[in-house]
Amino acid sequence: MRYGDVSFEERMATVDFRVGERAHITVDSDVCRSCTTQDCVTACPANLFAPTADGGILFNYEQCFECGTCYMVCNAEGALTWTYPQAGDGVALRHG
Amino acid sequence: MSEPIVDVVVVGAGPAGSAAALELARAGRSVVLLERGPYPGAKNMYGGVIYGRVLDDVLPRWWEEVPVQRWVTRRSTMVLTPTQALTVDFRSQAWGEAPYNGMTVYRSDFDGWLAGHAVAAGARLVTSTVATGLLRDAAGRVVGVKTDRPDGDLRCRVVIACDGVNSFLAKEAGLLPRADAHHHTLGVKEVLALPREVIDDRFGLRGDEGLDIEMLGCTRGIPGGGFLYTNGDTVSVGAVLQLPGLAASKVRPEEIIADIKAHPAIAPYLRGATLKEYSAHLIPEGGYDAMPVLHHDGLLLAGDAAGMTLAAGIWLEGVNFALGSGLAAGRAAARAVASGDTTRAGLASYRRDLESSFVLRDHKRLRGAPGLVLSDRVQQRYPGLIADFVESVFGVTNPSPKPGFVRLLRRSMRQHGVKLRHLVADGIRGGRVFR
Repeated sequence: MRYGDVSFEERMATVDFRVGERAHITVDSDVCRSCTTQDCVTACPANLFAPTADGGILFNYEQCFECGTCYMVCNAEGALTWTYPQAGDGVALRHG
Repeated sequence: MSEPIVDVVVVGAGPAGSAAALELARAGRSVVLLERGPYPGAKNMYGGVIYGRVLDDVLPRWWEEVPVQRWVTRRSTMVLTPTQALTVDFRSQAWGEAPYNGMTVYRSDFDGWLAGHAVAAGARLVTSTVATGLLRDAAGRVVGVKTDRPDGDLRCRVVIACDGVNSFLAKEAGLLPRADAHHHTLGVKEVLALPREVIDDRFGLRGDEGLDIEMLGCTRGIPGGGFLYTNGDTVSVGAVLQLPGLAASKVRPEEIIADIKAHPAIAPYLRGATLKEYSAHLIPEGGYDAMPVLHHDGLLLAGDAAGMTLAAGIWLEGVNFALGSGLAAGRAAARAVASGDTTRAGLASYRRDLESSFVLRDHKRLRGAPGLVLSDRVQQRYPGLIADFVESVFGVTNPSPKPGFVRLLRRSMRQHGVKLRHLVADGIRGGRVFR
Protein backbone atom coordinates (compact mmCIF):
# COMPACT_ATOMS: atom_id res chain seq x y z
CA MET A 1 0.00 0.00 0.00
CA ARG A 2 1.45 3.35 -1.00
CA TYR A 3 0.00 6.86 -0.80
CA GLY A 4 2.16 9.73 -1.83
CA ASP A 5 5.80 9.25 -1.12
CA VAL A 6 6.00 6.65 1.65
CA SER A 7 4.84 3.06 1.88
CA PHE A 8 2.68 2.09 4.83
CA GLU A 9 5.56 0.10 6.28
CA GLU A 10 7.84 3.15 6.08
CA ARG A 11 5.10 5.28 7.64
CA MET A 12 4.77 2.96 10.63
CA ALA A 13 8.55 2.64 10.92
CA THR A 14 8.66 6.33 11.95
CA VAL A 15 6.83 5.50 15.18
CA ASP A 16 8.50 4.12 18.30
CA PHE A 17 6.63 1.09 19.66
CA ARG A 18 7.77 -0.82 22.73
CA VAL A 19 6.24 -4.18 22.02
CA GLY A 20 4.99 -6.06 25.06
CA GLU A 21 4.58 -9.80 25.36
CA ARG A 22 0.84 -9.64 25.86
CA ALA A 23 -1.61 -8.67 23.11
CA HIS A 24 -3.54 -5.77 24.69
CA ILE A 25 -6.33 -6.10 22.14
CA THR A 26 -7.81 -9.42 21.10
CA VAL A 27 -10.29 -10.16 18.35
CA ASP A 28 -12.82 -12.96 18.37
CA SER A 29 -12.76 -13.84 14.70
CA ASP A 30 -15.88 -16.00 15.04
CA VAL A 31 -17.86 -12.88 15.90
CA CYS A 32 -16.22 -10.94 13.05
CA ARG A 33 -17.30 -13.50 10.49
CA SER A 34 -20.91 -12.43 11.01
CA CYS A 35 -20.03 -8.71 10.74
CA THR A 36 -21.13 -7.22 7.44
CA THR A 37 -19.23 -3.92 7.64
CA GLN A 38 -15.86 -4.78 9.23
CA ASP A 39 -15.29 -1.04 9.62
CA CYS A 40 -12.16 -1.65 11.69
CA VAL A 41 -10.31 -2.78 8.55
CA THR A 42 -10.25 0.64 6.89
CA ALA A 43 -10.69 2.92 9.91
CA CYS A 44 -7.72 1.71 11.96
CA PRO A 45 -5.00 4.34 11.36
CA ALA A 46 -2.30 1.71 11.85
CA ASN A 47 -3.95 -0.75 9.45
CA LEU A 48 -3.78 -3.61 11.95
CA PHE A 49 -6.99 -5.43 11.07
CA ALA A 50 -6.60 -7.86 8.19
CA PRO A 51 -9.58 -9.70 6.69
CA THR A 52 -8.92 -13.42 6.38
CA ALA A 53 -9.97 -15.74 3.58
CA ASP A 54 -12.66 -17.34 5.77
CA GLY A 55 -14.37 -13.99 6.45
CA GLY A 56 -12.78 -13.37 9.84
CA ILE A 57 -10.32 -10.77 11.09
CA LEU A 58 -6.66 -11.17 11.98
CA PHE A 59 -5.31 -8.53 14.36
CA ASN A 60 -1.67 -7.56 14.92
CA TYR A 61 -1.17 -5.69 18.18
CA GLU A 62 2.47 -4.70 17.79
CA GLN A 63 2.14 -1.32 16.06
CA CYS A 64 -1.00 -0.02 17.77
CA PHE A 65 -1.52 3.68 18.55
CA GLU A 66 -3.93 2.67 21.36
CA CYS A 67 -6.30 5.26 19.90
CA GLY A 68 -9.60 3.41 20.41
CA THR A 69 -10.98 3.80 16.89
CA CYS A 70 -11.52 0.04 16.50
CA TYR A 71 -13.72 -0.48 19.54
CA MET A 72 -15.60 2.75 18.86
CA VAL A 73 -16.56 1.76 15.31
CA CYS A 74 -17.03 -1.95 16.10
CA ASN A 75 -20.69 -2.88 15.98
CA ALA A 76 -20.30 -6.54 16.86
CA GLU A 77 -20.75 -7.00 20.59
CA GLY A 78 -17.94 -9.07 22.07
CA ALA A 79 -15.70 -9.04 18.98
CA LEU A 80 -12.99 -6.93 20.61
CA THR A 81 -11.44 -6.94 24.05
CA TRP A 82 -9.52 -3.75 24.52
CA THR A 83 -7.06 -2.85 27.26
CA TYR A 84 -3.96 -0.69 27.43
CA PRO A 85 -0.56 -2.30 26.99
CA GLN A 86 1.23 -3.13 30.23
CA ALA A 87 3.64 -0.96 32.15
CA GLY A 88 5.28 1.43 29.72
CA ASP A 89 4.76 -0.74 26.65
CA GLY A 90 3.12 0.36 23.43
CA VAL A 91 3.39 3.54 21.44
CA ALA A 92 5.87 6.20 22.56
CA LEU A 93 5.38 9.41 20.58
CA ARG A 94 8.12 12.03 20.36
CA HIS A 95 6.51 14.69 18.20
CA GLY A 96 2.82 14.25 19.03
CA MET B 1 -10.41 -1.65 55.21
CA SER B 2 -6.86 -0.34 54.97
CA GLU B 3 -6.15 3.34 55.31
CA PRO B 4 -5.36 5.59 52.34
CA ILE B 5 -1.64 5.82 51.73
CA VAL B 6 -1.97 9.09 49.87
CA ASP B 7 -4.55 11.90 49.74
CA VAL B 8 -5.11 11.89 46.00
CA VAL B 9 -4.18 9.69 43.03
CA VAL B 10 -4.20 11.51 39.70
CA VAL B 11 -4.35 9.14 36.73
CA GLY B 12 -2.62 10.42 33.62
CA ALA B 13 0.26 12.91 33.42
CA GLY B 14 -1.16 14.88 30.51
CA PRO B 15 -2.01 18.57 30.87
CA ALA B 16 -5.11 17.91 33.01
CA GLY B 17 -3.39 15.46 35.34
CA SER B 18 -0.21 17.47 35.85
CA ALA B 19 -2.23 20.65 36.43
CA ALA B 20 -4.33 18.83 39.05
CA ALA B 21 -1.26 17.33 40.72
CA LEU B 22 0.45 20.73 40.76
CA GLU B 23 -2.47 22.39 42.57
CA LEU B 24 -2.74 19.53 45.07
CA ALA B 25 0.96 19.52 45.86
CA ARG B 26 0.93 23.28 46.33
CA ALA B 27 -2.02 22.91 48.69
CA GLY B 28 0.16 20.61 50.80
CA ARG B 29 -1.65 17.41 49.86
CA SER B 30 0.13 14.13 49.16
CA VAL B 31 -0.45 13.19 45.55
CA VAL B 32 0.65 10.37 43.27
CA LEU B 33 0.58 11.12 39.53
CA LEU B 34 0.30 7.90 37.51
CA GLU B 35 1.37 7.75 33.87
CA ARG B 36 1.00 4.63 31.76
CA GLY B 37 3.59 5.74 29.21
CA PRO B 38 7.34 5.59 29.81
CA TYR B 39 7.31 9.42 30.02
CA PRO B 40 4.58 12.09 30.08
CA GLY B 41 3.28 12.79 26.58
CA ALA B 42 4.29 9.39 25.16
CA LYS B 43 0.65 8.59 24.39
CA ASN B 44 -0.44 12.09 23.47
CA MET B 45 -0.82 14.02 20.26
CA TYR B 46 -2.87 17.07 19.35
CA GLY B 47 -3.94 19.16 16.39
CA GLY B 48 -2.05 22.32 16.61
CA VAL B 49 -2.18 25.07 19.14
CA ILE B 50 -1.96 25.41 22.91
CA TYR B 51 -3.47 28.58 24.33
CA GLY B 52 -1.48 29.15 27.49
CA ARG B 53 -3.09 32.11 29.26
CA VAL B 54 -4.84 29.73 31.68
CA LEU B 55 -1.36 29.24 33.20
CA ASP B 56 -0.86 32.95 34.01
CA ASP B 57 -1.95 32.64 37.65
CA VAL B 58 -0.32 29.26 38.22
CA LEU B 59 3.11 29.67 36.65
CA PRO B 60 3.85 33.39 36.28
CA ARG B 61 5.91 34.15 33.17
CA TRP B 62 5.44 30.56 31.98
CA TRP B 63 6.33 31.68 28.48
CA GLU B 64 9.94 32.23 29.49
CA GLU B 65 10.45 28.53 30.17
CA VAL B 66 7.77 26.58 28.29
CA PRO B 67 9.28 24.25 25.64
CA VAL B 68 7.66 26.04 22.71
CA GLN B 69 8.24 25.25 19.04
CA ARG B 70 6.74 28.45 17.62
CA TRP B 71 4.40 31.23 18.76
CA VAL B 72 1.43 31.34 16.43
CA THR B 73 1.33 34.79 14.83
CA ARG B 74 -0.48 33.71 11.66
CA ARG B 75 -3.82 32.00 11.74
CA SER B 76 -5.46 30.91 8.50
CA THR B 77 -8.74 29.27 7.63
CA MET B 78 -8.95 27.58 4.24
CA VAL B 79 -11.99 26.41 2.35
CA LEU B 80 -10.92 23.79 -0.16
CA THR B 81 -12.24 21.85 -3.10
CA PRO B 82 -9.94 19.49 -5.01
CA THR B 83 -8.88 22.34 -7.33
CA GLN B 84 -9.74 25.53 -5.41
CA ALA B 85 -8.75 27.25 -2.17
CA LEU B 86 -10.15 30.30 -0.41
CA THR B 87 -7.94 31.43 2.46
CA VAL B 88 -8.70 33.90 5.21
CA ASP B 89 -5.33 34.76 6.67
CA PHE B 90 -4.79 36.78 9.82
CA ARG B 91 -1.49 37.90 11.29
CA SER B 92 -0.78 39.78 14.50
CA GLN B 93 2.69 40.69 15.71
CA ALA B 94 1.17 41.09 19.20
CA TRP B 95 0.78 37.30 19.30
CA GLY B 96 4.56 37.00 19.02
CA GLU B 97 5.15 38.86 22.28
CA ALA B 98 4.41 38.19 25.94
CA PRO B 99 1.91 37.17 27.20
CA TYR B 100 1.44 35.47 23.79
CA ASN B 101 -1.72 33.91 22.39
CA GLY B 102 -1.05 30.41 21.07
CA MET B 103 1.96 28.14 20.71
CA THR B 104 2.90 24.97 18.91
CA VAL B 105 4.75 22.30 20.90
CA TYR B 106 5.71 18.66 20.86
CA ARG B 107 3.54 17.04 23.48
CA SER B 108 6.35 14.93 24.92
CA ASP B 109 8.16 18.22 25.67
CA PHE B 110 5.17 20.18 26.92
CA ASP B 111 3.58 17.42 28.99
CA GLY B 112 6.97 16.56 30.48
CA TRP B 113 7.58 20.21 31.37
CA LEU B 114 4.28 20.55 33.20
CA ALA B 115 4.70 17.22 34.98
CA GLY B 116 8.11 18.50 36.09
CA HIS B 117 6.42 21.46 37.77
CA ALA B 118 4.04 19.10 39.58
CA VAL B 119 7.01 17.04 40.78
CA ALA B 120 8.91 20.15 41.86
CA ALA B 121 5.88 21.16 43.91
CA GLY B 122 5.91 17.78 45.67
CA ALA B 123 3.81 15.41 43.56
CA ARG B 124 5.16 11.89 43.11
CA LEU B 125 5.23 10.95 39.40
CA VAL B 126 5.10 7.22 38.67
CA THR B 127 5.53 6.38 34.98
CA SER B 128 5.09 3.07 33.11
CA THR B 129 2.15 2.21 35.33
CA VAL B 130 -1.38 1.53 34.12
CA ALA B 131 -4.36 2.24 36.36
CA THR B 132 -6.33 -0.88 35.50
CA GLY B 133 -9.44 -0.20 37.55
CA LEU B 134 -11.09 1.56 40.47
CA LEU B 135 -11.05 0.43 44.08
CA ARG B 136 -14.46 0.92 45.65
CA ASP B 137 -15.84 0.39 49.15
CA ALA B 138 -19.04 -1.47 50.00
CA ALA B 139 -21.07 1.69 49.35
CA GLY B 140 -19.60 2.11 45.86
CA ARG B 141 -17.42 5.05 46.85
CA VAL B 142 -14.17 5.28 44.91
CA VAL B 143 -11.30 4.71 47.37
CA GLY B 144 -8.35 4.21 45.06
CA VAL B 145 -7.07 2.57 41.90
CA LYS B 146 -5.71 -0.82 40.94
CA THR B 147 -2.50 -0.76 38.92
CA ASP B 148 -0.54 -3.32 36.93
CA ARG B 149 2.37 -3.13 39.39
CA PRO B 150 2.90 -6.00 41.88
CA ASP B 151 0.89 -5.14 45.03
CA GLY B 152 -0.26 -2.25 42.94
CA ASP B 153 -3.43 -1.14 44.74
CA LEU B 154 -3.25 2.54 45.66
CA ARG B 155 -5.71 3.65 48.31
CA CYS B 156 -6.53 7.33 48.53
CA ARG B 157 -9.27 9.80 49.44
CA VAL B 158 -9.90 11.13 45.94
CA VAL B 159 -9.08 9.80 42.47
CA ILE B 160 -8.83 12.34 39.66
CA ALA B 161 -9.25 10.54 36.33
CA CYS B 162 -7.29 12.40 33.67
CA ASP B 163 -6.81 9.20 31.72
CA GLY B 164 -7.77 10.62 28.38
CA VAL B 165 -10.38 10.21 25.71
CA ASN B 166 -10.83 6.47 26.28
CA SER B 167 -11.05 6.92 30.08
CA PHE B 168 -11.65 3.38 31.23
CA LEU B 169 -11.94 4.66 34.79
CA ALA B 170 -14.87 6.92 33.85
CA LYS B 171 -16.42 4.03 31.90
CA GLU B 172 -16.00 1.71 34.89
CA ALA B 173 -17.66 4.29 37.13
CA GLY B 174 -20.57 4.41 34.70
CA LEU B 175 -19.93 8.05 33.81
CA LEU B 176 -18.97 7.50 30.15
CA PRO B 177 -20.61 5.14 27.64
CA ARG B 178 -18.54 2.13 26.63
CA ALA B 179 -18.33 3.36 23.04
CA ASP B 180 -19.72 6.51 21.48
CA ALA B 181 -18.53 6.81 17.88
CA HIS B 182 -20.83 9.71 16.98
CA HIS B 183 -19.18 12.03 19.47
CA HIS B 184 -15.60 11.16 18.59
CA THR B 185 -13.28 12.04 15.76
CA LEU B 186 -10.02 10.42 14.78
CA GLY B 187 -7.07 12.76 14.45
CA VAL B 188 -4.23 11.54 12.23
CA LYS B 189 -1.08 13.53 11.73
CA GLU B 190 2.24 13.51 9.93
CA VAL B 191 5.19 15.45 11.28
CA LEU B 192 7.31 16.43 8.27
CA ALA B 193 10.91 17.59 8.48
CA LEU B 194 12.01 20.73 6.63
CA PRO B 195 14.94 23.06 7.35
CA ARG B 196 13.98 25.93 9.61
CA GLU B 197 14.90 28.59 7.01
CA VAL B 198 12.75 26.85 4.41
CA ILE B 199 9.77 26.89 6.77
CA ASP B 200 10.40 30.58 7.53
CA ASP B 201 10.55 31.46 3.83
CA ARG B 202 7.62 29.37 2.63
CA PHE B 203 5.25 30.46 5.37
CA GLY B 204 6.42 34.06 5.73
CA LEU B 205 7.73 33.67 9.27
CA ARG B 206 10.70 35.03 11.20
CA GLY B 207 12.36 33.86 14.39
CA ASP B 208 9.88 32.05 16.64
CA GLU B 209 6.81 33.08 14.64
CA GLY B 210 4.46 30.25 13.65
CA LEU B 211 1.47 29.53 11.43
CA ASP B 212 -1.65 27.48 12.08
CA ILE B 213 -4.03 26.62 9.23
CA GLU B 214 -7.45 25.01 9.67
CA MET B 215 -9.07 23.54 6.55
CA LEU B 216 -12.62 22.72 5.57
CA GLY B 217 -13.64 20.68 2.55
CA CYS B 218 -10.57 18.47 2.24
CA THR B 219 -11.94 15.26 3.76
CA ARG B 220 -13.87 13.72 0.83
CA GLY B 221 -17.16 14.50 2.50
CA ILE B 222 -16.26 12.74 5.75
CA PRO B 223 -17.31 15.18 8.50
CA GLY B 224 -14.14 16.78 9.80
CA GLY B 225 -11.35 18.99 8.57
CA GLY B 226 -7.66 19.35 7.99
CA PHE B 227 -4.87 21.22 9.71
CA LEU B 228 -1.31 22.31 9.15
CA TYR B 229 0.94 24.04 11.65
CA THR B 230 4.59 24.89 11.89
CA ASN B 231 7.13 23.72 14.46
CA GLY B 232 10.78 24.75 14.61
CA ASP B 233 12.10 22.47 11.89
CA THR B 234 9.02 20.40 11.12
CA VAL B 235 5.55 21.00 9.75
CA SER B 236 2.63 18.99 11.16
CA VAL B 237 -0.15 18.12 8.71
CA GLY B 238 -3.22 16.11 9.53
CA ALA B 239 -6.93 15.50 9.43
CA VAL B 240 -9.73 15.14 11.93
CA LEU B 241 -12.40 12.64 10.84
CA GLN B 242 -15.71 11.84 12.50
CA LEU B 243 -15.76 8.12 13.22
CA PRO B 244 -19.10 7.03 11.70
CA GLY B 245 -18.34 9.02 8.54
CA LEU B 246 -14.85 7.60 8.31
CA ALA B 247 -16.11 4.05 8.81
CA ALA B 248 -18.86 4.42 6.22
CA SER B 249 -16.52 5.98 3.64
CA LYS B 250 -14.17 2.98 3.58
CA VAL B 251 -11.38 5.48 3.00
CA ARG B 252 -8.21 4.93 5.00
CA PRO B 253 -7.26 7.86 7.27
CA GLU B 254 -3.79 8.34 5.80
CA GLU B 255 -5.35 8.75 2.35
CA ILE B 256 -6.98 11.96 3.58
CA ILE B 257 -3.61 13.28 4.75
CA ALA B 258 -2.19 12.34 1.34
CA ASP B 259 -5.02 14.32 -0.32
CA ILE B 260 -4.24 17.38 1.78
CA LYS B 261 -0.51 17.15 1.12
CA ALA B 262 -1.15 16.84 -2.61
CA HIS B 263 -3.61 19.76 -2.79
CA PRO B 264 -2.31 22.47 -5.15
CA ALA B 265 -2.60 25.06 -2.37
CA ILE B 266 -0.65 22.92 0.14
CA ALA B 267 1.82 20.84 -1.89
CA PRO B 268 4.25 23.72 -2.63
CA TYR B 269 4.62 24.34 1.13
CA LEU B 270 5.75 20.76 1.70
CA ARG B 271 8.01 20.09 -1.28
CA GLY B 272 10.99 17.97 -0.23
CA ALA B 273 9.67 17.35 3.28
CA THR B 274 10.34 13.93 4.80
CA LEU B 275 8.13 12.02 7.22
CA LYS B 276 9.47 12.12 10.76
CA GLU B 277 6.55 10.67 12.72
CA TYR B 278 3.03 9.49 12.00
CA SER B 279 0.50 9.44 14.82
CA ALA B 280 -3.18 8.98 15.60
CA HIS B 281 -5.48 9.78 18.53
CA LEU B 282 -9.18 10.06 19.25
CA ILE B 283 -10.77 13.42 20.09
CA PRO B 284 -13.96 13.83 22.15
CA GLU B 285 -15.87 16.33 20.00
CA GLY B 286 -19.39 16.03 21.38
CA GLY B 287 -19.14 19.28 23.30
CA TYR B 288 -21.22 20.30 26.30
CA ASP B 289 -24.18 18.05 25.61
CA ALA B 290 -22.03 14.90 25.40
CA MET B 291 -20.03 15.60 28.58
CA PRO B 292 -20.24 13.05 31.37
CA VAL B 293 -21.17 13.75 34.96
CA LEU B 294 -17.91 15.27 36.22
CA HIS B 295 -17.85 14.12 39.83
CA HIS B 296 -18.80 11.10 41.83
CA ASP B 297 -18.10 9.88 45.37
CA GLY B 298 -14.31 10.02 45.59
CA LEU B 299 -13.83 10.63 41.86
CA LEU B 300 -13.35 13.64 39.57
CA LEU B 301 -12.96 13.68 35.78
CA ALA B 302 -10.87 16.25 33.90
CA GLY B 303 -9.46 16.86 30.43
CA ASP B 304 -10.37 14.54 27.56
CA ALA B 305 -11.74 12.01 30.07
CA ALA B 306 -14.40 14.65 30.74
CA GLY B 307 -14.91 15.33 27.02
CA MET B 308 -13.46 18.83 27.31
CA THR B 309 -12.27 19.36 23.73
CA LEU B 310 -13.94 22.36 22.10
CA ALA B 311 -14.53 21.70 18.40
CA ALA B 312 -16.37 24.82 17.35
CA GLY B 313 -15.17 25.44 13.83
CA ILE B 314 -13.26 28.67 14.14
CA TRP B 315 -12.20 27.68 17.66
CA LEU B 316 -10.47 24.33 18.06
CA GLU B 317 -9.14 24.04 21.58
CA GLY B 318 -8.41 21.22 23.96
CA VAL B 319 -5.20 21.51 25.94
CA ASN B 320 -6.34 24.79 27.51
CA PHE B 321 -9.55 23.11 28.66
CA ALA B 322 -7.53 20.19 30.02
CA LEU B 323 -5.36 22.64 31.96
CA GLY B 324 -8.35 24.63 33.21
CA SER B 325 -10.32 21.58 34.31
CA GLY B 326 -7.24 19.92 35.83
CA LEU B 327 -6.40 22.98 37.91
CA ALA B 328 -10.01 23.19 39.12
CA ALA B 329 -10.10 19.46 39.91
CA GLY B 330 -6.90 19.75 41.93
CA ARG B 331 -8.26 22.66 43.93
CA ALA B 332 -11.61 20.94 44.52
CA ALA B 333 -9.92 17.73 45.68
CA ALA B 334 -7.63 19.69 47.99
CA ARG B 335 -10.62 21.46 49.56
CA ALA B 336 -12.54 18.19 49.94
CA VAL B 337 -9.61 16.39 51.58
CA ALA B 338 -9.05 19.35 53.93
CA SER B 339 -12.71 19.37 54.94
CA GLY B 340 -12.82 15.60 55.40
CA ASP B 341 -15.74 15.28 53.00
CA THR B 342 -14.72 13.63 49.73
CA THR B 343 -18.20 12.45 48.83
CA ARG B 344 -19.99 13.67 45.76
CA ALA B 345 -21.33 16.58 47.81
CA GLY B 346 -17.90 17.40 49.15
CA LEU B 347 -16.47 17.47 45.64
CA ALA B 348 -19.31 19.50 44.13
CA SER B 349 -17.27 22.71 44.20
CA TYR B 350 -15.49 21.33 41.12
CA ARG B 351 -18.56 21.67 38.95
CA ARG B 352 -19.35 25.12 40.37
CA ASP B 353 -15.79 26.29 39.69
CA LEU B 354 -15.93 25.09 36.10
CA GLU B 355 -19.31 26.70 35.54
CA SER B 356 -17.94 30.07 36.52
CA SER B 357 -14.76 29.70 34.45
CA PHE B 358 -14.16 29.57 30.70
CA VAL B 359 -14.11 25.77 30.84
CA LEU B 360 -17.85 25.21 31.03
CA ARG B 361 -18.93 28.72 30.03
CA ASP B 362 -17.31 28.41 26.58
CA HIS B 363 -18.59 24.87 26.17
CA LYS B 364 -22.11 25.77 27.24
CA ARG B 365 -22.27 28.83 25.02
CA LEU B 366 -21.00 26.87 22.02
CA ARG B 367 -22.94 23.68 22.71
CA GLY B 368 -24.55 23.77 19.26
CA ALA B 369 -21.30 24.29 17.38
CA PRO B 370 -20.06 20.70 16.93
CA GLY B 371 -23.39 19.69 15.38
CA LEU B 372 -23.41 22.65 13.00
CA VAL B 373 -19.75 22.38 12.01
CA LEU B 374 -20.08 18.66 11.24
CA SER B 375 -23.46 18.98 9.50
CA ASP B 376 -23.91 17.77 5.93
CA ARG B 377 -24.24 21.15 4.24
CA VAL B 378 -21.30 22.75 6.05
CA GLN B 379 -19.15 19.74 5.26
CA GLN B 380 -20.28 18.71 1.80
CA ARG B 381 -22.00 21.62 0.07
CA TYR B 382 -20.77 24.95 1.36
CA PRO B 383 -17.05 24.54 0.59
CA GLY B 384 -17.79 24.00 -3.12
CA LEU B 385 -20.49 26.66 -3.14
CA ILE B 386 -18.20 29.25 -1.56
CA ALA B 387 -15.25 28.38 -3.81
CA ASP B 388 -17.34 28.49 -6.99
CA PHE B 389 -18.98 31.76 -5.94
CA VAL B 390 -15.62 33.42 -5.27
CA GLU B 391 -14.23 32.04 -8.54
CA SER B 392 -17.17 33.53 -10.41
CA VAL B 393 -16.72 36.89 -8.64
CA PHE B 394 -13.00 37.14 -9.44
CA GLY B 395 -13.24 35.53 -12.89
CA VAL B 396 -13.38 38.01 -15.77
CA THR B 397 -15.59 36.71 -18.56
CA ASN B 398 -15.16 39.46 -21.17
CA PRO B 399 -16.66 40.20 -23.57
CA SER B 400 -19.66 39.37 -21.33
CA PRO B 401 -20.27 42.16 -18.81
CA LYS B 402 -20.03 41.37 -15.12
CA PRO B 403 -23.12 39.71 -13.69
CA GLY B 404 -24.39 40.91 -10.31
CA PHE B 405 -23.40 39.22 -7.05
CA VAL B 406 -26.90 37.93 -6.45
CA ARG B 407 -26.99 36.20 -9.82
CA LEU B 408 -23.58 34.62 -9.18
CA LEU B 409 -24.59 33.45 -5.74
CA ARG B 410 -27.83 31.98 -7.07
CA ARG B 411 -25.89 30.15 -9.75
CA SER B 412 -23.43 28.67 -7.22
CA MET B 413 -26.27 27.69 -4.93
CA ARG B 414 -28.05 25.94 -7.77
CA GLN B 415 -24.86 24.11 -8.79
CA HIS B 416 -24.46 22.75 -5.27
CA GLY B 417 -28.10 21.98 -4.55
CA VAL B 418 -28.46 24.62 -1.84
CA LYS B 419 -31.76 26.44 -1.57
CA LEU B 420 -32.30 29.89 -0.12
CA ARG B 421 -34.22 28.37 2.78
CA HIS B 422 -31.15 26.23 3.59
CA LEU B 423 -28.93 29.32 3.71
CA VAL B 424 -31.44 31.17 5.85
CA ALA B 425 -31.90 28.22 8.21
CA ASP B 426 -28.15 27.66 8.60
CA GLY B 427 -27.59 31.40 8.93
CA ILE B 428 -30.08 31.57 11.80
CA ARG B 429 -28.62 28.42 13.35
CA GLY B 430 -25.11 29.84 13.04
CA GLY B 431 -26.26 33.14 14.52
CA ARG B 432 -27.67 31.30 17.53
CA VAL B 433 -24.68 28.99 17.97
CA PHE B 434 -22.07 31.73 17.76
CA ARG B 435 -24.08 34.57 19.30
